[in-house]
Amino acid sequence: MQEKVAHIIGKYHSDKGFLVPILQDVQKEFNYLPKEALTAVGTQLQVPLSRIYEVATFYRAFSLTPRGKHQLSLCVGTACHVRGAPMIQDGIERVLDIRAGQTTADLEFTFETVNCLGACALGPILVVDGEYQGQVTLSKANKLLKKLGKKVATDEED
Amino acid sequence: MKKIKSAADLKNLQEELNARLDPNKPCIAICCGTGCLAHGTRHLVERFQQELADRQLTDKIGLRRTGCHGFCERGPMVVIHPQKIFYQRLKVDDVPEIIDKTILGDEIIDRLLYRDPVTKERIVHEHEVPFYKKQMRLVFGMNGMIEPTSIEDYLAIGGYGALAKVLAQADPQAVIDEISAAGLRGRGGGGFPTGRKWDATRKAAGSPKYVICNADEGDPGAYMDRSLLEGNPHSVLEGMIIGAYAIGSSHGYIYVRNEYPLAVENITLAIDKARQMGLLGENILGSGFDFDIVINRGGGAFVCGESSALFASIEGRAGEPRAKYVHATDKGLYDKPTCLNNVETWANVPLIINRGAQWYAGIGTEHSKGTKIFSLVGKINNTGLVEVPMGITLREIIYEIGEGIPKGRRFKAVQTGGPSGGCIPEALLDMPVDFDELTKLGTMMGSGGMIVMDERNCMVDVAKYFLKFLEEESCGKCTPCREGIYQMRKILDRITDGEGKLEDLDTLEWMGQAIKDGSLCALGGSAPNPVLTTLRYFRSEYEAHIVDKKCPAGVCKALITYGIDADKCTGCRACTRVCPTGAATGEKKEVHQIDQEKCIKCGACYEACKFDAITIA
Repeated sequence: MQEKVAHIIGKYHSDKGFLVPILQDVQKEFNYLPKEALTAVGTQLQVPLSRIYEVATFYRAFSLTPRGKHQLSLCVGTACHVRGAPMIQDGIERVLDIRAGQTTADLEFTFETVNCLGACALGPILVVDGEYQGQVTLSKANKLLKKLGKKVATDEED
Repeated sequence: MKKIKSAADLKNLQEELNARLDPNKPCIAICCGTGCLAHGTRHLVERFQQELADRQLTDKIGLRRTGCHGFCERGPMVVIHPQKIFYQRLKVDDVPEIIDKTILGDEIIDRLLYRDPVTKERIVHEHEVPFYKKQMRLVFGMNGMIEPTSIEDYLAIGGYGALAKVLAQADPQAVIDEISAAGLRGRGGGGFPTGRKWDATRKAAGSPKYVICNADEGDPGAYMDRSLLEGNPHSVLEGMIIGAYAIGSSHGYIYVRNEYPLAVENITLAIDKARQMGLLGENILGSGFDFDIVINRGGGAFVCGESSALFASIEGRAGEPRAKYVHATDKGLYDKPTCLNNVETWANVPLIINRGAQWYAGIGTEHSKGTKIFSLVGKINNTGLVEVPMGITLREIIYEIGEGIPKGRRFKAVQTGGPSGGCIPEALLDMPVDFDELTKLGTMMGSGGMIVMDERNCMVDVAKYFLKFLEEESCGKCTPCREGIYQMRKILDRITDGEGKLEDLDTLEWMGQAIKDGSLCALGGSAPNPVLTTLRYFRSEYEAHIVDKKCPAGVCKALITYGIDADKCTGCRACTRVCPTGAATGEKKEVHQIDQEKCIKCGACYEACKFDAITIA
């Protein structure tokens, strides 16, 4: 872990000003911000751990807990909101039995909301493992979850 | 790639590249903006490449992967040159037919053309489509002509010519005077005169001076900055280099949202190429002027679009704003003189230098010059990015460019200015798009989000949505914003739960004013706007929630019940299959029922019913 962190910091010439991008790269490497990695960043950049913790908890993009195998991000920007995103959020939370921002206990799914993905013409948008899904409805969301192995009733003929 | 060492070298290269462009060579321009990519354009590009290779046409027919064309509603789309035939909503299997019929056979494929929803007429060319007709695409129009990853494409259409002009004149103050005379105002929201900001930074004491491009486009529902960075990154760079020269800065930053990976990729590549060619770095075009740009990716905090919070973030700290009695132009990033402008503002700069302040000032209204790019989204037929001259009315944008509201529903409001803006009702749609006029209405120009709402949108819910957004995004430093927004949201929760009192409306009004007056930065200072404007223009909707305990738009869960219209129900069981709680029941071919005790008002039955038999009351 130490070497991986050192490599990332090296890319930014150990410049403290790049703390946010450094943490982004660390998160990309480990899928979240493990405590040991943050300690390593602190030691190597010579920034107090408290400062790093402040930054890591201030910005929405960072997670201090491991994320799930499948990543679901629902856009809740204004355009998606007026086209029914809240209903889809309720639906996904109900099926996964977690709130937005959480990960299921089996580490299969992380569900989060994002403020705007900038593809408003396609709203509501759900990003499933990096793939944009446009004009999402409750039933489309359920089908996507079912495809990822979640047991859920869909409107397919029984 | 060879370094360009002088203005003369640049001119030669531009001419050489331009001469290579054969205006008669067939070329397929595919929109690869984010909207179209989300529609699956990548597969379309691959298929075009493969089909061209199979027919051994790769050398004879160009394939240009351009940035966003704006008409996201109709993606994936291509424009076939030189005839400029516009095909939309394409599927991968349309590709062989396009090559065989249109490119090789000169035949137009009717079914792929845009069909005017009113006249039912098929339209062949992009510029004849009503969506584009009323637009004035000065900044955004170049997107369709270039590959954003190719600096050669940008040079071939005269790119970096404005920079050469400025360096040749060797008079930085003249550049500032030109921008001031053009009347350019900041496109990020505030509308501060750009020339005045540059002048203040130039005259400020302190070194080094910084030039920053604000690409932290956080307003939900706005994506024009993203599309500019993705589609024409060199125009933004050229604007920044010119600005830096005028101000006397050699250090630049681009602060860009990490949620925009393609924008980060394209701008990174653009910087590398510009540096290799001597347009960035030391001794630019042999003028002795040095300037370079570093990219900084944001961490997903809305408040970092605010200048002093943005500086804190670049310095590697939590993005908390500070009081502004000292201007950023005196003490900004690292407490040094800093000029921060938005992406669209920078992209306007080369245009003004090339065509002159007088020409630019001829477009728009008395105090708002040039064009503005809006993202026209929400309940609108033609969703997409539109660039219009200042002074155009909201009605023209919504009904002529946007072609009205889908499904024959009634227009209710248009929201501009993002979470800091407000909702404008139908009665005011003839107001012109102008910084000062919009402010008078209680909203603002903002960065350019324009969200259209219809009769099925609840204005109390929309106001609550923005407050919730701002409550989460408030950095927490000052009390009026942190506590005030929270308390206002609690009141709105009560109202949408049917537990509101009429005096709540007065409380919302005075609290809103107090938060505006007492907050440290613009986030808190404008946070109450969505509530205050909806109270001003849609008060009866609030009263319906409080007095009648009804949500007229049928949105607020606590105030609505789902039912079944027995005349319309065919007994198809679609609702019973999707109902997560077993509230919707019924036998096949018999009228179904909804058990109100079990119903959680999730809306699944409403969405599933194909016969409009589910009622919301």
